[in-house]
Amino acid sequence: MKQQDLARALGWFSIGLGVAELLAPRKFEKAIGVRKNHNGLTRSYGLRELTAGIGLLAADEKKLSPWMWSRVAGDVLDLASLGSGFSSERNHKGKLALASAAVLGVTVADILCSVQLTKEETEPTSVRRAVSIRKSPQELYQFWRNFENLPRFMYHLEAVTVTDGTRSHWVAKGPAKTKVEWDAEIIDDEPNHLIAWQSLPGSDVENWGTIRFDPAQNGKETIVHVELGYIPPGGALGAIVAKLFGEAPEQQIKDDLRHFKQLMETGEIPTTEGQSAGRAKSATKYESYVRDLVSA
Amino acid sequence: MKANCWCGIGEVQVMDVPDPEIINPRDAIVKITSTAICGSDLHLFDGYVPTMQKGDILGHEFMGEIVETGRNVKNLKVGDRVVVPFPIACGNCYFCDKQMFSLCENSNPNASIAEKMWGHSPCGIFGYSHMTGGYAGGQAEYARVPFADIGPIKIENGLTDEQVLFLSDIFPTGYMAAEQCNIQPGDTIAVWGCGPVGQFTIKSAWMLGAGRVIAIDEIPERLRMAKEQGRAEIIDRNEVDSVAEVLNEMTGGRGPDATIDAVGMEASGHGLLGTYDRIKQAMRMETDRISALRECIMSCRNGGTVSIPGVYGGFVDKMPLGSIMNRSLTIKTGQTHVHRYLRPLLERIKKGDIDPSFVITHTMPLTDAPEGYKMFRDHDDECIKIVLKPGR
Repeated sequence: MKQQDLARALGWFSIGLGVAELLAPRKFEKAIGVRKNHNGLTRSYGLRELTAGIGLLAADEKKLSPWMWSRVAGDVLDLASLGSGFSSERNHKGKLALASAAVLGVTVADILCSVQLTKEETEPTSVRRAVSIRKSPQELYQFWRNFENLPRFMYHLEAVTVTDGTRSHWVAKGPAKTKVEWDAEIIDDEPNHLIAWQSLPGSDVENWGTIRFDPAQNGKETIVHVELGYIPPGGALGAIVAKLFGEAPEQQIKDDLRHFKQLMETGEIPTTEGQSAGRAKSATKYESYVRDLVSA
Repeated sequence: MKANCWCGIGEVQVMDVPDPEIINPRDAIVKITSTAICGSDLHLFDGYVPTMQKGDILGHEFMGEIVETGRNVKNLKVGDRVVVPFPIACGNCYFCDKQMFSLCENSNPNASIAEKMWGHSPCGIFGYSHMTGGYAGGQAEYARVPFADIGPIKIENGLTDEQVLFLSDIFPTGYMAAEQCNIQPGDTIAVWGCGPVGQFTIKSAWMLGAGRVIAIDEIPERLRMAKEQGRAEIIDRNEVDSVAEVLNEMTGGRGPDATIDAVGMEASGHGLLGTYDRIKQAMRMETDRISALRECIMSCRNGGTVSIPGVYGGFVDKMPLGSIMNRSLTIKTGQTHVHRYLRPLLERIKKGDIDPSFVITHTMPLTDAPEGYKMFRDHDDECIKIVLKPGR
């Protein structure tokens, strides 16, 4: 079973438990051996379970780990509460022990799943693409080597400023006028053949890229191989970066490379934006669709 | 300016829209003098081509006068009279280099949509859905022409609009349909569909050395044109039980050397399979009806060629693949590489080999486009080809 599926199943479990705690707190307490009425506390735990459950079911497949960790925190709270139950003479010790054992089991599962998810969610993501362009490796290399040219065909980049021979400052457009910035350094440079760069420590997002220009068999074209990667940061920045690189980074890189090819081969990037149409807004939903694919 | 816009299935409207402007350095603006309604516009009109949006300007067969050029258009000047090919091609890429202009890798800004539907993207096309670029079309007073340094052909002499307008699409399309049959002297060529493309296919088949041309349709005036203008033998499919049987009889039991489907995705369809296709297409379970294509395949002689200039958009059912495989048939198709044919076919017109204006049955002002579409679709008034005149 995939970790994500396990997390979803635990989400359903949370919902079931939460509903029981919310709707029938007294019966629930009796079942786990608690004599005294703790309805308020049990209901609040129920609400917590329900929230975690809904979160796990509604969250994006790649953003499940925070909700799983919230379950782990809940488990700790549950265990602490059950532990304190043992000190009261009136509680049924056997039932309490059984409940504690069950929660302990679930806790182990929760922790394992959370750790695994966190690992998966912060794994480097990289995308590879190739495109054939009817220009020499020299021409393409020279254009790309000046990173300041990149925003001309990579629409999510606002500006790249070359700061010295190997270093550059990158500014990318995030959603709602936010910006994501980083400094990059060229780590490998084979004139007319290959450029590799990576972000420097202190960047908003750790990322790297390699582009290789190989002459095609037909002697008229260059096959351009690109590999771009980044480590998804967590938190609010993570959300911006996810938006920036799109839910389909493959598609974005494909379109960036298409624009690169168009610009290099034809000297322009074909577009219909700004053309006439018999509707109030001239941009079409398909233009937006394509733009979303690129910069979602 | 006035422009004929798609406004939903079965509805077009001539609307006031902003005049086009130069957007890219290789653009030009053409003041349109003549524009036509194409059979493939009917596929858009009837709603069988996905990714149309209300307000899209239609039209991909047009010509006119250059009124503005972008800074990188050096070969055209204001006042030049030009015919514009319907596919948009950059002239720089792998396929343009191979003269396969309708496969231009650069001209479709929405290539990512086409890739999802078809695997790879063809070129951009004027006024022909967003999957092929979403470019505003030429049923308008003006049009923006991208890569204007590559596409438009200058018409310098005293030829009329009516003689050269169809270089934009249907003449080269009919010509390519016949050319891809690799006609050997004396070959028998059968053409399904006697609409405008079919008519040019028939004429082109003769030009390329066919010995016999047989035309199949069910509309009397189209068959008459095929016979009188195209000198074709005709089969009225309403008069016969089986087109394939008649063709067998006509060809000594062997079948035509090549068959050409100039009908496309909205074939009438007869019998059980025809009904089946109609239902599936109406339910959007099949995008294209292929009754004409099935007949083309089944009728073709062993080892022959099936050429498909007819437009198809998506997926089909009951494709007789076994017939194709077991009988060594060759299938040739594609959007027309119009640029390739412009000069040689203009020469043919100049020499008087052909006067393409023979297909025109109606000429009307651009503002009558909505009536024109209905008339063309319903074959009213024996309508075969309509030319629209902006500014009248």
